[in-house]
Amino acid sequence: MTHDRAGRAPRDVLLRRGRILDPSRGVDEVGDVLLRAGVVEAHGKSLGTPDDAEVIDCDGAVIAPGFIDIHCHLREPGREDVETIATGARAAAAGGFTAVCAMPNTEPVTDNQAAVGFILRQAMRAGAARVYPIGAISLGQRGEQLAEFGEMVGAGAVAVSDDGKPVASAHLMRTALEYAQTFGIPVIDHCEEPTLAAGGAMNEGIVSARLGVKGIPAEAEEVMVARNILLARMTGGHVHLAHMSTRGSVELIRWGKAQGVQVTAEVTPHHLTLTEDACEGYDTHAKMNPPLRTAADLAALREGVRDGTIDAIATDHAPHHYDAKEREFADAPFGIVGLETALGVLLTDLVHTGILDLPVLVDRLACAPARLFHLPGGSLARGAAADVTIFDPELEWSVDPSTFLSKGRNTPYAERLLRGRAIATIVDGQVIHRLAR
Amino acid sequence: MTKALGKDLLGLEPLSTEQIRLILDTAEPFKEVSERQIKKVPALRGMTIVNLFFEASTRTRISFEFAEKRLSADTVNVASSSSSVQKGETLVDTARNLEAMRINMVVIRHSASGAAHFLADRIESNVINAGDGTHEHPTQGLLDLLTLRDHFRTLEGRRVCIVGDVLHSRVARSNIWGLMKMGVEVAVCGPRSLLPKDIGEFGVTVFKRIEEAIEWAEALNILRLQLERMQAGYIPSLREYNRVFGVTRERLDRAGHRVLIMHPGPMNRGVEIDSDVADGEHSIILDQVTNGVAVRMAVLYLLAGGRPELADAAKGGSER
Repeated sequence: MTHDRAGRAPRDVLLRRGRILDPSRGVDEVGDVLLRAGVVEAHGKSLGTPDDAEVIDCDGAVIAPGFIDIHCHLREPGREDVETIATGARAAAAGGFTAVCAMPNTEPVTDNQAAVGFILRQAMRAGAARVYPIGAISLGQRGEQLAEFGEMVGAGAVAVSDDGKPVASAHLMRTALEYAQTFGIPVIDHCEEPTLAAGGAMNEGIVSARLGVKGIPAEAEEVMVARNILLARMTGGHVHLAHMSTRGSVELIRWGKAQGVQVTAEVTPHHLTLTEDACEGYDTHAKMNPPLRTAADLAALREGVRDGTIDAIATDHAPHHYDAKEREFADAPFGIVGLETALGVLLTDLVHTGILDLPVLVDRLACAPARLFHLPGGSLARGAAADVTIFDPELEWSVDPSTFLSKGRNTPYAERLLRGRAIATIVDGQVIHRLAR
Repeated sequence: MTKALGKDLLGLEPLSTEQIRLILDTAEPFKEVSERQIKKVPALRGMTIVNLFFEASTRTRISFEFAEKRLSADTVNVASSSSSVQKGETLVDTARNLEAMRINMVVIRHSASGAAHFLADRIESNVINAGDGTHEHPTQGLLDLLTLRDHFRTLEGRRVCIVGDVLHSRVARSNIWGLMKMGVEVAVCGPRSLLPKDIGEFGVTVFKRIEEAIEWAEALNILRLQLERMQAGYIPSLREYNRVFGVTRERLDRAGHRVLIMHPGPMNRGVEIDSDVADGEHSIILDQVTNGVAVRMAVLYLLAGGRPELADAAKGGSER
């Protein structure tokens, strides 16, 4: 339980009359939830209002376990001009995320316990969404020598990854999967065979051939997905595959899971809603890695999320300075921001269209991430951490990047009309974001 | 004034058959200007054109410059062998600076695919793509069409094969779109490692062997093989390339029918094309160069708002 700056215990928070949706317990019912002293105290059809409680009217809204984004880039330390832990954590809260996992490709790289501690201290100061550091697999993300997993976990790291720099060496990946088992953490890989992907800027296919842009074939991802599944099978380690983008990857993961391999995977909202066609006209806001793929890949990814082959949805939030994207397609950096649009995009394009049931979406955003990375939250059971996301699935809004709390404005969803938005985000029993309806 | 082409010429893919035919037809009267003693007409008098070449080019730049000067435009050449990034100034800054100098048109050559689009979206001046990365080189495609039309009289139903490094070729892409829109049957031939993976989806025939391509084709457009392709591991050696894919006199003779020979230049004699083919009686390579000036005059004239039906009069100096 946290106290506010004056040392007072936090007020009780009563969430009044919302649709309580907690897939971790199979709950979907209208009622009240009382949060006290940082945990879920009670739920019921109609709870009395304790003295001095903060009451949030949840009429027409969904009360869900707090969303956890297991893949984002907060850029601090190193590129504070682009994003800081504070701005990233506030953007997360505005998007309905109660926690985010920060990738280690900072400058310097988060590859030691001091660097992990720095991120946690900055997150504490920000007082917004929780931030869980992910440590590097290798020193300096150079793909050579293992970083000190034990010390990083001791300092608060929840997983390891060389994200952005694929683990090219199969031997390093093998030892990481073996060594990580002592600490019970997943090893995350950005699956990309470097020689197949070299110089590529978008999906290799008919669109890249027409635009004359060097492509990244689906096989660059799939070769590494297959390798990682085999290494996880060999070592008994837990491999988590970041931002899956192809139909072949979904099929390989499905196969791996059927074999009993400890393989889990995530997909981004953009890979679930956009295709390579978004690159037409050399739009650098559609340039990301892995690249946007084809309609067939998109359909397979959606099915993967539906049937659980893909465990979680994560944003891969990657802020860039606006003029970094204002250049020739081949020279522009990869990545888009996602924290503040993820929920609206997923509700609009997947739930309201009938492709995905709402409880499944909540599971992939809240319950599965907590399960995979062994994090608090992911449930509204009594006694669980009072991390709660309240969203209005019908609230219409249009995406205006100039209003983002993130410093990044690089989004392909600018001016999109979306239906569904977070109206309150609660961390540890404290309301860190509120949107007037 | 009519704007038959819109603001810019960025590629042949977005053009309609009618627009391509219009450019070719407009080029016809301009051919004659270059044959005169005094090679100048006043059609673009008072217009300012910047030739912005971020990549080395001799033939295309000179061809554009002749076209501009023969139409009486004022021209400035900005050549930079390094890319804008290496130079330190971004392309968007370059664009804004040019616009601030109140110019009318920009002819741009750049190593990045999409650079011409990028510029066209950000400035009000007309933009002509003189080759962007591995995307398009529309005026080359147009001059190839004009040259083929001169020799075949009609393009419809003719069979043209593009030979060589299609993967990295902007000339190939502009040719494929232009030829297909004009009803030509198009094929490509080259090592599979130098053809786009999904080339079949373009609607072209793919020949694995040059002998089959020559047997089928009425004209070959032979692409330049860049030396870098060997270092990057796409082909083992130039020597083997010539032995397997080179267009040689023996291979042409074996076909037993006349095959027109085109090449966008500059040629690697003895690699993709043998000298006696390049200099042979069926080579129309120099006709391509001559037509390049006329086609570029037509494009400049039409983008400037010139009325196609007055092209003949314009070259006669009726505006004087």
